Amino acid sequence: MDEALKNELSKQGIFATSLQELYNWGRRSSLWPLNFGLACCAIEMIATTMARYDLARFGAEVFRPSPRQADLMIVAGTITKKMAPQVVRLYNQMPEPKYVISMGACAISGGPFKQGYNVLKGIDRYIPVDIYIPGCPPRPEALLDAFMALQKKIDAQQLTGDNRPRHLNAAEPSEFPVPKFGAHDLEPSQNPEIWHPPLVNISLAETDDSGTA
Amino acid sequence: MTLEPLKSEIETNVPGCRLEIVPNPSPSAQHSLLIDPDHALEIALFLRDAPHLRFDFCSNVTGIDWPAPKTAGKVKEMDEGFEHDAEEESEAQASGHLEAVYHLYSMEKKHGPVILRMRTKDRSHAVHLPSLTPVWRSADFQEREIFDLFGIVFDGHPDLRRILMWPEFTDHPMRKDYVEPDDYEYEPTAHDDVLRKTTRHHSGNA
Repeated sequence: MDEALKNELSKQGIFATSLQELYNWGRRSSLWPLNFGLACCAIEMIATTMARYDLARFGAEVFRPSPRQADLMIVAGTITKKMAPQVVRLYNQMPEPKYVISMGACAISGGPFKQGYNVLKGIDRYIPVDIYIPGCPPRPEALLDAFMALQKKIDAQQLTGDNRPRHLNAAEPSEFPVPKFGAHDLEPSQNPEIWHPPLVNISLAETDDSGTA
Repeated sequence: MTLEPLKSEIETNVPGCRLEIVPNPSPSAQHSLLIDPDHALEIALFLRDAPHLRFDFCSNVTGIDWPAPKTAGKVKEMDEGFEHDAEEESEAQASGHLEAVYHLYSMEKKHGPVILRMRTKDRSHAVHLPSLTPVWRSADFQEREIFDLFGIVFDGHPDLRRILMWPEFTDHPMRKDYVEPDDYEYEPTAHDDVLRKTTRHHSGNA
């Protein structure tokens, strides 16, 4: 329907919409996050839900203590390799449609602990991430911004066609393999189905350009 | 707290124990007491229960890895008279050792710290030390952490399991010769250690 005509109709007291708009409006206005935190970012997440920043304005005040009732996973904090399988398992237990916000430097890339022996280099090695928020930790405003970005993303989704979201495409997986504890590292150390190292041009010392991926 | 009177006091009260003062040359001068593992439990009990000492609070337990010195071959070039001693010393240290360090305070007497050290015989098989958790309960998790990250096995510990890494993990990450898995992916601004890691990763693949 033409946007101008819709505006004109609404001025005359006639409300016109489409199923897609209603569906997206419903999804974006009741994002219930999963109630869990992994490290200091969780403190900022908790502050965001409190009266001053008031996450309830975005329809996301109901933090669910069970993955079965949650729509959104906020990965707030450092993911240790010991914790990573549990995070993936929680994601698998969430019903579709489900979204992931990767909050803070650690959840994105391992952050200051990236070269450590027990820190995962980002949760996107194992589960698909919708929104990344940089920061250490991100301010509550940044988390609100991530919510608004996620709502815009949901609002723009088509219910049909090739660009339809993951949960409406039967060919796309809803669950992802849970990594196993190995003798030296998690096995596998990443899920090659959903994650590839970005193409970066690294110039190594001694004119060795083999680092060019 | 000066260690010399404490050392002689322990020696008279715990017969047969071998003590050594490890000096700390830094301005803090926190010298420590190297105790032998065979009498560690008796020494610990004496320090805790002696009415004028009453070290009732073990604030910190940590581990140190002392790998074998790489320059062990050089001592042979010394002159005849010293050669024997020097060689013996380098042999004793050849395999290196692991060390557990305990920091003790007294809440009751308001003194401390007294620092105890215990050394294992080597870094591969004789890595057993007596646990002091039966004496100070606060050592429980910290001895587990040392077991996890350094690989010292504390005999007599009530619940010796890995605490930070998963049970299937076989390495000891805080040892100096720990080789981490080659999980290098990319680094936009690699330098120093990370650059070496980058080079190693790419030369291994080539």
